[in-house]
Amino acid sequence: MTEEVDTGRRHFLTVATVAAGAVGAAFVAVPFLASWKPSARAKAMGAPVELDIGKLEPGAMVKVEWRGKAIFVVHRTPDMLAKLPAMGSSLRDPDSNESEQPEFAKNEARALKPEYLVLVGVCTHLGCAPLEKFTPGDVTVAADWQGGFFCPCHGSKFDLSGRVFKDVPAPTNLPVPPYQFVSDTRILIGADKGNA
Amino acid sequence: MRTKLLALAAVLAPVAAFAAGGEAKLDHANVDVTNRASLQRGAANFVNYCLGCHSAKFVRYNRMAADLGLSEEQLIANLMYTGERPHDTMRIGMVADDAKRWFGVLPPDLSLVARSRGADYLYTFLRSFYVDPSKPTGVNNIVLPGTAMPHVLWELQGVQEAVWEGHPDAQGNVQKHFKEFKLLEPGRMTPEEFDGFVRDTVNFLEYAAEPAQLQRKALGFPVIAFLVFFTLLAWALKKEYWKDVK
Amino acid sequence: MGTATEKVAARTGGGRLAALTGWIDERFPMTKLWKEQVSEYYAPKNMNFWYFFGSLALFVLVIQFVTGIFLTMNYKPSAADAFGSVEYIMRDVEWGWLIRYMHSTGASAFFVVVYLHMFRALLYGSYQKPRELLWIIGMLIYFALMAEAFFGYLLPWGNMSYWGAQVIVSLFGAIPVVGDSLTEWIRGDFYISDVTLNRFFALHVVAIPLVLVFLVVAHLMALHEVGSNNPDGVEIKKVKGPDGLPLDGIPFHPYYTVKDLIGVGVFLILFSLVIFFAPTMGGYFLEHANFDPANPLQTPPHIAPVWYFTPFYAILRAVPSKGLGAALMGLAVVLFVFLPWLDRGKVKSIRYRGPLFKFFLYSFAISFLVLGWLGLQPPTPLFTNLARFFTVVYFAFFLLMPWYTSIDKTKPVPTRVTYHAH
Repeated sequence: MTEEVDTGRRHFLTVATVAAGAVGAAFVAVPFLASWKPSARAKAMGAPVELDIGKLEPGAMVKVEWRGKAIFVVHRTPDMLAKLPAMGSSLRDPDSNESEQPEFAKNEARALKPEYLVLVGVCTHLGCAPLEKFTPGDVTVAADWQGGFFCPCHGSKFDLSGRVFKDVPAPTNLPVPPYQFVSDTRILIGADKGNA
Repeated sequence: MRTKLLALAAVLAPVAAFAAGGEAKLDHANVDVTNRASLQRGAANFVNYCLGCHSAKFVRYNRMAADLGLSEEQLIANLMYTGERPHDTMRIGMVADDAKRWFGVLPPDLSLVARSRGADYLYTFLRSFYVDPSKPTGVNNIVLPGTAMPHVLWELQGVQEAVWEGHPDAQGNVQKHFKEFKLLEPGRMTPEEFDGFVRDTVNFLEYAAEPAQLQRKALGFPVIAFLVFFTLLAWALKKEYWKDVK
Repeated sequence: MGTATEKVAARTGGGRLAALTGWIDERFPMTKLWKEQVSEYYAPKNMNFWYFFGSLALFVLVIQFVTGIFLTMNYKPSAADAFGSVEYIMRDVEWGWLIRYMHSTGASAFFVVVYLHMFRALLYGSYQKPRELLWIIGMLIYFALMAEAFFGYLLPWGNMSYWGAQVIVSLFGAIPVVGDSLTEWIRGDFYISDVTLNRFFALHVVAIPLVLVFLVVAHLMALHEVGSNNPDGVEIKKVKGPDGLPLDGIPFHPYYTVKDLIGVGVFLILFSLVIFFAPTMGGYFLEHANFDPANPLQTPPHIAPVWYFTPFYAILRAVPSKGLGAALMGLAVVLFVFLPWLDRGKVKSIRYRGPLFKFFLYSFAISFLVLGWLGLQPPTPLFTNLARFFTVVYFAFFLLMPWYTSIDKTKPVPTRVTYHAH
């Protein structure tokens, strides 16, 4: 019954059909997997937010929500900025080499304009929200505290540029989101110049 | 034979009468959603003439611009006037209560109107307003008699009146039938230009009702080509195996 | 270390895969099931075109499950959000339009396939002894499918969804005494509302699918117990070779797996033609009025169920009494269940039946199609009379069956199936 079977041809056709079927199945999988990506509405809701910082007092901070995350905007005083260089030795990543920020913020002030600090307010340890502890010598943080951010969950500490200290659980500095100044008093959070 | 045919005609007559009855004859819109220039003109028409009262709340500006081949700058400069952002949908500021007071009804959202009514309906409707002093808006419509919508495009189309004709039936009752329009006062456009204007607008609505149709039709051919290839392979495989079966 | 099987597998060079198979087989009847149900399930070698639709029905069921699950991820079952969430899927979700069209086209495809599958059973007497229970389970699947389609049709919350549900639920009002309280109980409100939508959603995505899976497994188990029928209506188990295997049988795998693959390919080509080039099918698969959101104050001008229910809807409308119409409509569906006992014929297949059966079967098929068409048309007097005529033809097939099958002439049935190798 099977004496005239061309096993080579049969094998080839089986492999070819199975392969074509697998390719087809892979193509079918694409739309289903892609449907999990953020939808046009999610992207619209995650669009850049504009914020008026004209009335933000020096030394004060305002929080704004972008893509479900708190964004901290701090108006730093010259006094606060003056403390930054001295922090270097006690920081884990003072030059922001391993941290997440736009290219323009890879500096000591981690900012476009040094007086305005913009940070994603999510601790890089396990995602808690750090608290602003701007008063130097705040004993609830540390005896020699110079001012910065403190995460209440696991005690991570960050300086006034959001740079992480050594000997705390958080691995990297607080991220800086993409942002740009649309005018002297308005910033757009969520978009760099160029991809606005 | 002849009596049989007559009997058949008598049976079929009510069918024909139903098909024609009640609704006005619709003109063919002949829209083409692959015609980008027409879609771009239609989008401008829609934004300028319709979007004041009608929303298209499911249509997203930036997706529309991308599908129509417009850059974000072109979109903002030409199609967005009211301070929305490019990723917003085409909503309107008109408050529902105001709309009810002004028109008696809420102007419907037009996102899906081309799918629920059809392009031919819209094309004919927008060209079928005629003077009717008995109506609050001063106009009536052949396609949708008693419509609350004013003739928004009268400056472009001009003012036309409906010409009716009547034939007395066996009982002597005269049934009025719409015959044609007569232009009383020309508008800014010639009738041909106006038809083109409406066609572009309807074309845009046809697109807006299903933005995915551009992708959908483009994807169809490669998918079916692949499936034909697969089926031929499966057929060859079956033939090969079934050589065993005597 | 290791059991005897594992050692044997390792020694005979079967390798790790064989060892793994052995390991599993000692704990779960994997190879046994595969052999019994697939590679050593002997199917008649003469199964023709009509036998594609069983495996296709299973294939469409899988499509509906997968696409349905993905739709559920973005659909919102509330009166306020349902319509908008469907448009959200169609526009904002990446590839959402494709998933939705697969599901909506799949619903219609399911009924096309199932109707052809059922017609095959009528052609070749597949419901006759010993396959009565197989047939009844199949009919239960069909009833579950109707419920699934009906509940699912409300979910887009278009105006046709709304009024379709309104009309069908009102049918239960025709039941004497309890009718009105029953309709209220089904809706959970005084009209089709958010509450109704929410419960129909639960039934559509959880309850009925579970029932369907259970019934499909039962249907396959029953099939594999009695064996497949074939276009000759000959029991292949009656003629066995010296090896104890049916002479006219061939293993389901590979012969019918490769054959069914062609069916799947052709089906997918037709399915894709609809999805990519005519997803609304001119208003028959997705109705125009359903692109308007549900409006309790305005019935669409032409209200009709989706095409797969219209034969029964035409019967309902043909009867000038609510109670009797609803009863006849129910009967039109339920009568199928009794076919094994209504049929007194001595042969199974149409090939050996006499002219009477052929006449009644073809008239029935025509009446089903015409009624389906009439159900989509407005109820003019002419159409209502036509529907009455074809309703009579429809029921004659069932109710006169004991008579015409017992007096019909039949041809002698061969002992072996008819098969010509190609």
